[in-house]
Amino acid sequence: MNVTRRGDAASKTMSRMNLDELHTKLIAAARADAPADRVPYAFEKRVSALLASRVAPHALDAWVTGLWRAAVSCVGVAALCGMLAVITSASSAASSDDLVQNLDSTLLASVDQTDQAQ
Amino acid sequence: MACRSSIDFPGISGKLPPMEPTEAELIAAVLKGDAASFEPLVQKYSPRVFATARRYARRESEVDDIAQEVWLKAFEKLGSFRGEAPFEHWLMRMTVRTCYDILRGHQRNREATFTDLSEPENDWLERFAAAPESAGDNEDAAKLLIGRVMEKLSPQARLVITLLEIEDRSVKEIAELTGWSVPLVKVRAFRARAEMKKILAKMGTEKYL
Repeated sequence: MNVTRRGDAASKTMSRMNLDELHTKLIAAARADAPADRVPYAFEKRVSALLASRVAPHALDAWVTGLWRAAVSCVGVAALCGMLAVITSASSAASSDDLVQNLDSTLLASVDQTDQAQ
Repeated sequence: MACRSSIDFPGISGKLPPMEPTEAELIAAVLKGDAASFEPLVQKYSPRVFATARRYARRESEVDDIAQEVWLKAFEKLGSFRGEAPFEHWLMRMTVRTCYDILRGHQRNREATFTDLSEPENDWLERFAAAPESAGDNEDAAKLLIGRVMEKLSPQARLVITLLEIEDRSVKEIAELTGWSVPLVKVRAFRARAEMKKILAKMGTEKYL
């Protein structure tokens, strides 16, 4: 098979082929071939059914979202209360230590004085 | 569904037939939660949605999926419809953008070979190469060939060629439909034509070499 001869013929054909004109012809062909606008039977019913099936979970979604928000705020409030409890218990522990010391020194003051006198 | 009831007029016997709700009334009803009011809109505009989807879909089953997706999106985003432009324009923007997304999804499946041209397609190309006027643009082979070429274009190029050259829309219209700026549409149109010319050259080369 003579590849060179075929290649030459091909390049001649290609050079003859006007790409701009080919473009114009093919675009004209596409314009002439307008797509059909037919709609499948009861398409609107199908869309409505799809929408209805989507709307129901949306109502449930609203509940789920609400419950999640409530749960998060509950956890927040619980954490805040916990922190407050820890802080107040720490401060009250410190003040109770002072109270014990004061009580000790008051009760034992007379004993201390007696010891010092002796 | 929001629907005007029949009205009694003094001096006129009988009742007037109930008037069809307007588009604005239907949209308002849907926004208030009456999903059934969406059905007349689907019925009215589906032919346009289907015709547009058929320009970009690969198979008829895909056309159904595109149209369905367009309507579901339209329902979800109906709140963003401000009513300044006709509902049809808003819907067509959504349709074109959905089709573009579908084209981008197909991008990986594009193959740039023309080795499997059918006999009529080969014949049409040969006739065109011999004498361009002998190859009619209303022949089935030409329609098949442009279909093949369009499938090989990048999504952007295909969208621009379809809107600008096949549907004969203005640059401004394309900018509104696609959401691209006017200069961007012009740049993409220039690139799309170049890309198409390259594909046509490749088709010719593969046929004759």
